[in-house]
Amino acid sequence: MAALRASAGRVLASVPRASRPTIMLARSMASMSEPTPSESPKMKTFQVYRWDPATPDAKPRMQNYTLDLNKTGPMILDALIRIKNEIDPTLTFRRSCREGICGSCAMNIDGQNNLACLCRIPAAGASDVKIYPLPHTFTVKDLVPDLTLFYQQYKSIKPYLQRDTPALDGKEYLQSKADRKKLDGLYECILCACCSTSCPSYWWNSEEYLGPAVLLQSYRWLIDSRDEKKAERKAALDNSMSLYRCHTILNCTRACPKGLNPGKAIAELKKMLSF
Amino acid sequence: MNVQRVGLRAVRRVAAKPSNVFPKVLAASLMQFRPAATTTLPPSEAEAQLAAQRLKRPLAPHLSIYKYDQTWFGASAWQRITGGILSCGLYGYSLIYLVAPLAGIHVESASLAAFVATLPAVVKGGIKFGLAWPFTFHSFNGVRHLVMDSGFAFSKKAIFVGGWGVWGMSLVTALGLVALY
Repeated sequence: MAALRASAGRVLASVPRASRPTIMLARSMASMSEPTPSESPKMKTFQVYRWDPATPDAKPRMQNYTLDLNKTGPMILDALIRIKNEIDPTLTFRRSCREGICGSCAMNIDGQNNLACLCRIPAAGASDVKIYPLPHTFTVKDLVPDLTLFYQQYKSIKPYLQRDTPALDGKEYLQSKADRKKLDGLYECILCACCSTSCPSYWWNSEEYLGPAVLLQSYRWLIDSRDEKKAERKAALDNSMSLYRCHTILNCTRACPKGLNPGKAIAELKKMLSF
Repeated sequence: MNVQRVGLRAVRRVAAKPSNVFPKVLAASLMQFRPAATTTLPPSEAEAQLAAQRLKRPLAPHLSIYKYDQTWFGASAWQRITGGILSCGLYGYSLIYLVAPLAGIHVESASLAAFVATLPAVVKGGIKFGLAWPFTFHSFNGVRHLVMDSGFAFSKKAIFVGGWGVWGMSLVTALGLVALY
């Protein structure tokens, strides 16, 4: 009995070792698995904005790609990656984390700024999906916008802790739980620029108006209990353009893919500057 | 680093070396193949190329492609438009009223009422609606903006309900005003 058990154990133990490579292969191929034959194809057409800097005088155009949704992942980014891999490798877009934490794949999908990785493909049968770069940005190529100005504006608000007094214990700047709570809904911003480029006011005045994303960050540093340059930060905003080009249109709050509220932050900023 | 990838690297390293064990064809299939040709540019030339490219970058479409309810029907834009209509109407009428005696035109209440009485009902209603709707819209949305400037009603639902609510209420009350007087 003991011998039998030992041999049975040896047989069982050898099974997983032998089948391991197959399991790994099957798992890595799972995202590309072929559909079962019974499924009818669910075709969907994606109209994508194209412009190539190699032929700069050619006008931007819309190119149609049709995919079977049965073979495509659920998100717009899955569709774009599949188009690039299988249909047209020249299609250019930014992407990195595919889970809404990097903010690279911000674009205008069906008239609404969103992250392609967090936006589901609408059901088959509905109208075509239209994909444009972020509105009123200069296009580097296809869906890649030039965000230089956006990042310069972010830099201009000094998005870091400014403080002269040393920490009481010489180690760290302490903060009460209530003060820490004020930063919730602000620190999560990933600077994807969905909100800023949804704002008509930012479209017309982006040279001087900071835009919702950068103003949300201004507010984040203004209400940080550890920051000691509140007066300077407020003075930098206290002019007709930086902050007050916000006319409470609130496209920013409707656009934010992280569910933050830039519109509310700007309202609080305006209150802070008036009282 | 992924375990599989380390293994692949080792295989590639072996494949890269000239050897009789590894046939050339197999070695080539394991090497990376890049179809795009690249050229090296000195930094100054690369900068110049980038600058030339920047001059020609197209502006991504905006008003023509963004959701219409957030652009063309945005309550904030119409707040400004209706405000413009109302103030232009007020200042325009006041100035005409001021210079009317000099120009010999009659714009006093009595003569205006007599003039409007001669118009067909549709035109009368149209004029009244054209004055009433900017007023009701500007009033309702003005209150909404006061509420928002106090830091309330910023949830997505409140924005949606508030925006369309102002449109609905202003149209209904404007029609009410037209029917009333």
